Amino acid sequence: MSHFERRCNKEEDLPVYLARPGSASQSASQSPRQKSYGMFSSVEGAFENKSIALESYCAQRKRSRSRENLADGDSGGSVLSCPPSDRQGDRRTPGLEIERPSGEEFLRRDERGGQSDRLLIKGGRVVNDDLSFFADIYLEDGVIKQLGENLIVPGGVKIIEANGRMVIPGGIDVNTCLQKPYLGTQTVDDFFQGTKAALAGGTTMIVDHVTPQPGASLLQAFEKWQEAADKKSCCDYSLHVDIPHWHEGVKEELEVLVQEKGINSFQVYMAYKDLYQMTDTQLYEAFSFLKELGAVVLVHAENGDLIAQEQSKILGMGITGPEGHALSRPEELEAEAVFRAITLGNRVNCPVYITKVMSKSAADIVALSRKKGSVVFGEPITASLATDGTHYWSKNWAKAAAFVMSPPLSPDPTTPDHLNSLLACGDLQVVGSAHCAYSTSQKAIGKDNFTLIPEGTNGVEERMSFVWDKAVAVGKMDENQFVAVSSTNAAKIFNLYPRKGRIAVGSDGDIVIWDPDKMKTITAKTQQSAVEYNIFEGMECRGGPLVVISQGKIVYEDGKLHVQQGVGRFIPRKPFADYIYQRITMRSKTMAARGVSRGMYDGPVYDIPATPKYVTPAPSTKTSPAKNQPPPIRNLHQSNFSLSGAQVDDNVPRRSGHRIVAPPGGRSNITSLG
Amino acid sequence: MAERKVLPREDERCFLLSRLGADSPKPRVKLGGVFCSVQDAFDNKTLNFESFSPAPARRGARGRHVVPRQEEHPSDHGKGPLHILCSFLFQSDHLIIKGGKIVNDDQSFYADIYIEDGVIKQIGENLIVPGGAKIIDAYGHIVIPGGIDVNTRLHAPFLGMNPADDFYHGTQAALAGGTTMIIDHVLPEPGTSLLAAFDQWRDLADKSSCCDYSLHVDITRWHEGLVEELEALVKDKGVNSFLIFMAYKDKFQSTDTQMYEAFGVLRDLGAIAQVHAENGDIIEEEQKKLLDLGITGPEGHVLSHPEEVETEAVFRAITIAKQANCPLYITKVMSKSAADVIAQARKKGMVVYGEPITASLGTDGSHYWSKNWAKAAAYVMAPPLNPEPGTSDYLNSLLSCGDLQVTGSAHSTFTTAQKAVGKDNFTLIPEGTNGIEERMSVIWEKAVVAGKMDENEFVAVTSTNAAKIFNLYPRKGRIAVGADADIVIWNPKEARIFSAKSHNSTVECNIFEGMECRGSPAVVISQGKVVLEAGKLNVTEGSGRFVPRKSFPDFVYKRIKARTRMADARGVPRGQYDGPVHDVISATKSVPPTPTGRGPTCPGKAQITPARNLHQSGFTLSGTQMDDHIPRRTAQRIVAPPGGRSNITSLS
Repeated sequence: MSHFERRCNKEEDLPVYLARPGSASQSASQSPRQKSYGMFSSVEGAFENKSIALESYCAQRKRSRSRENLADGDSGGSVLSCPPSDRQGDRRTPGLEIERPSGEEFLRRDERGGQSDRLLIKGGRVVNDDLSFFADIYLEDGVIKQLGENLIVPGGVKIIEANGRMVIPGGIDVNTCLQKPYLGTQTVDDFFQGTKAALAGGTTMIVDHVTPQPGASLLQAFEKWQEAADKKSCCDYSLHVDIPHWHEGVKEELEVLVQEKGINSFQVYMAYKDLYQMTDTQLYEAFSFLKELGAVVLVHAENGDLIAQEQSKILGMGITGPEGHALSRPEELEAEAVFRAITLGNRVNCPVYITKVMSKSAADIVALSRKKGSVVFGEPITASLATDGTHYWSKNWAKAAAFVMSPPLSPDPTTPDHLNSLLACGDLQVVGSAHCAYSTSQKAIGKDNFTLIPEGTNGVEERMSFVWDKAVAVGKMDENQFVAVSSTNAAKIFNLYPRKGRIAVGSDGDIVIWDPDKMKTITAKTQQSAVEYNIFEGMECRGGPLVVISQGKIVYEDGKLHVQQGVGRFIPRKPFADYIYQRITMRSKTMAARGVSRGMYDGPVYDIPATPKYVTPAPSTKTSPAKNQPPPIRNLHQSNFSLSGAQVDDNVPRRSGHRIVAPPGGRSNITSLG
Repeated sequence: MAERKVLPREDERCFLLSRLGADSPKPRVKLGGVFCSVQDAFDNKTLNFESFSPAPARRGARGRHVVPRQEEHPSDHGKGPLHILCSFLFQSDHLIIKGGKIVNDDQSFYADIYIEDGVIKQIGENLIVPGGAKIIDAYGHIVIPGGIDVNTRLHAPFLGMNPADDFYHGTQAALAGGTTMIIDHVLPEPGTSLLAAFDQWRDLADKSSCCDYSLHVDITRWHEGLVEELEALVKDKGVNSFLIFMAYKDKFQSTDTQMYEAFGVLRDLGAIAQVHAENGDIIEEEQKKLLDLGITGPEGHVLSHPEEVETEAVFRAITIAKQANCPLYITKVMSKSAADVIAQARKKGMVVYGEPITASLGTDGSHYWSKNWAKAAAYVMAPPLNPEPGTSDYLNSLLSCGDLQVTGSAHSTFTTAQKAVGKDNFTLIPEGTNGIEERMSVIWEKAVVAGKMDENEFVAVTSTNAAKIFNLYPRKGRIAVGADADIVIWNPKEARIFSAKSHNSTVECNIFEGMECRGSPAVVISQGKVVLEAGKLNVTEGSGRFVPRKSFPDFVYKRIKARTRMADARGVPRGQYDGPVHDVISATKSVPPTPTGRGPTCPGKAQITPARNLHQSGFTLSGTQMDDHIPRRTAQRIVAPPGGRSNITSLS
């Protein structure tokens, strides 16, 4: 009883400890470790060197409620303060005011050809993946410089009054294809259109897929993509590189990409037979190599062999419309490939990242293997979280074709719900969009053959809103988890953290002020993307960005975009991301196989005929000419055992007699049964 | 005493059943047992012998005289046990088994069995039988259908070495363990004729097998040309099951495409697809890695064949079979997770069967780390025994609840000298363990004695299910009038210790060495002849008959047929799309198709061009372009139709 009381007292004391200004660093050794909430919560103090101890400010804020003195000091611009509003009741549309600097500040802004470099977000509720708290944010030079209350900021700053709205790290869309070629055409959303759409949806960074043609140089493709993106991108970006074809020569390029170019993620394909598909042997080799480099392996998981079979079967049945796409790529084929990819990952001890989790069964397999300890991540996308595959059977060809992507959307209408639930509980970790938009006329390339319809849907703009609508607004997920799945987890997996994915001092000024109540009807008429058909057409969606700040500049406010082509920077990513490779490294140390030390076997050895009875192994892999094929193991040592050379009966297929070669010393007891 | 008490009740029920059978609107009577069949389902196949039992009783009461058939065996008048021994040498065709409790997969009852010409002629009490029949006393024992071992390799060579147990030794061991029928695997060399290999196996087995046998044929290299041979095997040769390998890269392994094609063909033929489920690609990589690490002993075998690799392949096989709508049979289920995948797939409605084997049910893979090389090597088989000691218990549980259905032995033995071929390289150790003789006893000990399974389920997993799946039922796998007289009188109490010293196999090393099992066969009757009695085997080489199996077994194919009817995919009728179509340049960027499969491509097989390339040329509407040499075009050309856009492409 007394013990319990003492514990109670301690609990009560805690806020006081924390409330001591700046106490976090001084008394860290004395204060008990406090666990924060949230699935991916970090241990307190772990990021002390990276961010301010926010809790100490929280307590202070409670004591000094007066908000007027926030805007004191030498801020040049006058503050238009609106009455503080609690989040729930406030229905005024913008809900926040932006105060422009005047006079000389305007001049400076014009000189730079852009907006002011200094920004102060006041009175917002900062939501990170681990906790939410009220604080002001001061941005300068595209970086968060200060975080807290009563900030001392230089004059001439632009002030955004957030009035208690959520301030979240800008979204990171880890899966876009904004320059994917298909039969000589390219996606209608290029880096400019695509990133514009991203920013309009609250996504301030994309990670795009470089898709080199099979046989082409990865480095050249990478440079081409980087050039295009540098010219056109409106927000920060990074690149995944797809490996279309595995051979020994790729290894050098991969090494260069990882060590010099700042790429730490590569996609391999288990589908697209005879084009991108890799055999299990190649996957094994690729996984082993990428693990050594410290990269993340992204897997497009579908069984390409079976898809090819199903496609020819369905075309043979005379089904040529988009429904054939869904029919030829059933859910099971996705689940099977996911299972195989994870098995390979486990064997190699390599982290596996499943792109585009589209079906319940595939998601369940990811969840199950995570429970068994595999280092695997699953990425559902906007389309799989918000809509389903029933539209493939639409009577309108253009509509049905717009949904064509692979793996296809599952025709099971309960899929989005299930995926949202898994996302909320942490079984799936990251949300991408797989934005790869083709116009209807491009889709019409496959009007008589569904296998020719270019694959890809839109989703970069709608991503954040749909996660909010489908998971947070229905109560599956809290706002912290929302931040985790829309940006923080992605930043951790791809080693962008804490530069991206967190609101903390020193982080990039990629910030979104989020309106949880904003209602929007998705339609192609108002979207930023260039496609004529939006697959979410007509869907109502709750939640959206009010203000989007990218690189410390306001790029979206009042429903208007102010973007600048080519301002997006390439963000290099280092290999061996702690978030995934800590475990992998430990496992490599402990998992080493050990043999049994035995005495030499010195019993009789059966004499096998010298000529092997099976045919010479035909090459079963897509061997590149550069690759020297290692002889199969079983043949390697075979000649060692032809103790007596060619036999009289070598031409007889099978020998019925057994020849025992007894050693001169007789049998030793090592062969005895014991 | 307890057994005696049950008798009248059984009798009463039998009487009741016979009455019920007389009226036309019969109420359905559910019998016990997991695998119990709906009553009357087999009416046309077997006699409803329950209804007969009261009749002989009445007839017996009337005191009809039993006239011995003089012309058969004039000397066989007596009925004492002494006489049995005397008549033993004659191998009388007439046998009567008295006082035993007959155990089928659906029910147990007390009755006598009369056997003539290798067939069960009568079942019931107070049978009227001709004289001169040998009487076998089965009091206190159970009388079960002889075991069917669905997985043996008594002739399949490994690196040119034939197994130590050939058909003679193997079937002898089988009979000694209470198994009266085996189904052996025919393993043709890759690229050779399946029919020739089948004939070779049949010749050998006909010459030396001591019990009835049938044959599975392994498809070691799939190509389209095999379809005819398969058809011949199914239709003329009585083979309805074929094994496909997912392992043994560059040797037997099939790609997913090949499996899909093969499954489609097998389904159309009404055969059962068996798979050896292991991912050969991963195994080969792991083998290389381990040999590089300097691990050459038998522990390398299990390290290079991890459980996951088996599970993955099982999962893949099930997926492919689901796509092809083909019944699937997983041979050698060796690990918990593989068994779980099968159990789950069955719950989702898949027609899939799992076969644990003696070794996986009776022992575990910890022995691979034995300091004794010969012992460790004796356990080498693929998929390997799981090192986790709980595996065998788990598999027995799944077997008991019906998630796994059939037990085999995967008997394929190699002597220590043969195993020693791989003394410096575990990949060369011939794979295979013993188990044909121990199978029934191991299951009795591990499942029935442990209380997981009742005697009816024991019969189901040791013979009846196998007979049903492979279309031998009700000729095999059931004690019924008209069925083959393959009967085992099982002594549920007698303990037996397995040892290489006393077993009937020829190998020096028994992987069950020292294991004690309660339950063993007291008398084994094969083809109506007593082959094991009082611990003595009395077999005749070459007496085994080949038992042909018809295609489309009901037990398996009823569901498949119904699904084929249901699974018709239908397209959506739409108006012709007449909107703008993007112009595609003709020069394709895709590389020439190279084989991406898992196994060796067959030179005989016509390469199928991939679907995407197939129709591609159809879209080069405007021929070659000026800029064909430029890899990618940034501009988009919209071909507007002369009539303008129609509203079918409008966004609605």
